[in-house]
Amino acid sequence: MLFDRRGFLKASATGLAVAGTGSVLSAARAADIILGPPALPSGALESAVLDALPGKVPLIKRSYRPPNFETPVRYFNEPYTANNAFFVRYHLAAIPKIDAAAWRLSVGGEAAEKPFELTLEQLKREFEAVEVAAVCQCSGNRRGLSDPHVPGVEWGYGAMGNAAWNGVRLKDVLARAGLKKEALEIVFDGADGPVLDKTPDFVKSVPVWKAVDENTILAYEMNGAALPHWNGYPVRVVVPGWTATYWMKHLTSVQAVSRPFTGFWMEKAYRIPKGKFPIVDRFISQETDANTPITEMVVNSLITNLHEGSVLPAGKAAVVRGIAWDGGYGMREVEVSTDAGASWRPAELGPDLGRFSWRQWTFAILDPKPGTYTVMAKATNRIGASQAFELVFNPAGYHNNVVQRLNVTVA
Amino acid sequence: MKHNDRVGAPSMHKWLWITLMAALPALADESAVKLKDGDGKQTVEANCVACHSLDYIPMNSVFLDRKGWEASVTKMIKVMGAPVRSEDVPVIVDYLVRNYGKQ
Repeated sequence: MLFDRRGFLKASATGLAVAGTGSVLSAARAADIILGPPALPSGALESAVLDALPGKVPLIKRSYRPPNFETPVRYFNEPYTANNAFFVRYHLAAIPKIDAAAWRLSVGGEAAEKPFELTLEQLKREFEAVEVAAVCQCSGNRRGLSDPHVPGVEWGYGAMGNAAWNGVRLKDVLARAGLKKEALEIVFDGADGPVLDKTPDFVKSVPVWKAVDENTILAYEMNGAALPHWNGYPVRVVVPGWTATYWMKHLTSVQAVSRPFTGFWMEKAYRIPKGKFPIVDRFISQETDANTPITEMVVNSLITNLHEGSVLPAGKAAVVRGIAWDGGYGMREVEVSTDAGASWRPAELGPDLGRFSWRQWTFAILDPKPGTYTVMAKATNRIGASQAFELVFNPAGYHNNVVQRLNVTVA
Repeated sequence: MKHNDRVGAPSMHKWLWITLMAALPALADESAVKLKDGDGKQTVEANCVACHSLDYIPMNSVFLDRKGWEASVTKMIKVMGAPVRSEDVPVIVDYLVRNYGKQ
């Protein structure tokens, strides 16, 4: 499992990975690297800064209003992402500060027998408390790496985080409302909304089968503390395995409907071309001939302790660290290459925190020789799905799970 | 939060909204964002800044050509409901193409 000297010598001899020392980045460029990988649009890198929203540590500012702030990669060396470093993503800029005592959740809809309202205290007291560890990842994480670039929030690697979410099962809440047999989708709305009346409010639906999955919860805590304002206080939906577009923040309304919900953010946005991605979970009531709503996350991995241009000391054992995750099947294997993909060896997987959590992994490099190495990591999940080597281009830049290539210097 | 007839927005929304809007949190400072000087800059600022900070423009550069910027402006008007006067549209597009467009 450990990388040995022979492997490095072989890589050097074939010239696959060694590019001399000319590629060492300038100090200024190295300082910039935290703002995003060099492949982001030039304007996205230039307009990014580290800035702190109230209650947050400095994160990578992509846009101020609505606030879109990305977590720097180094935070992903921890199993769970700290609440004050967790990424922030909003579509619309009217974001109320919510008084928990005044908050109410409306549960009902035309496909529910008995609509009702809940206070936060009732939600916590009247339903069984559960916990699920799950990755929350924006559908467009890594959009900035799309080639060609596509418009949108130009995320690097950090529109994601992993947390232990505490709340109640959505299925228990829906059971109290009594779903009619014709219930087709469950529609979520949150307290945040548009500045202009004409702008479509951010409203999302999930199929009933996913809503009543025992892992889908209404969360009021993450990592043992109340949700931060910017992550959906006081209650958000957690849809483990599915991209964060369904994880409605500042939840105020859960409605059962018997027809496909037709709001803009379902019907037009968050769509992927059919047949291009190895997706298992389908959202059939929302499918068209051409496209389908995004659903589960594709298998992916990230190297968390190195970046493009990292320099490692020669002669000292080094460790490559990272994380791997998918839509909830769990990790089977992570392989690492230090010779630009010519050869691969398995990484050592860390503790299994649950199939919806990411899985940490490490890969030891013993006695590395001076040179430049192209380090890559590739995850495979328990149903045999693996990462893409070539981008599966789509107009909104979703599902980017292209294997990273980091040029790392040993000197 | 905008009322949505299809899902039957509950009656409590209105008063909750009023309560909640009383204390909009101050955001980190977007005044640091400066667009490039050029013809049409004020028209761009006047039309875009109501709904979003201006950093959306440099963030989406430099890769959109004229067709790409036209599509973005059209989306803001047709989909997002931005009340842009028709005579301002070419001024906005020209500014974006000249200053943030792929030539």
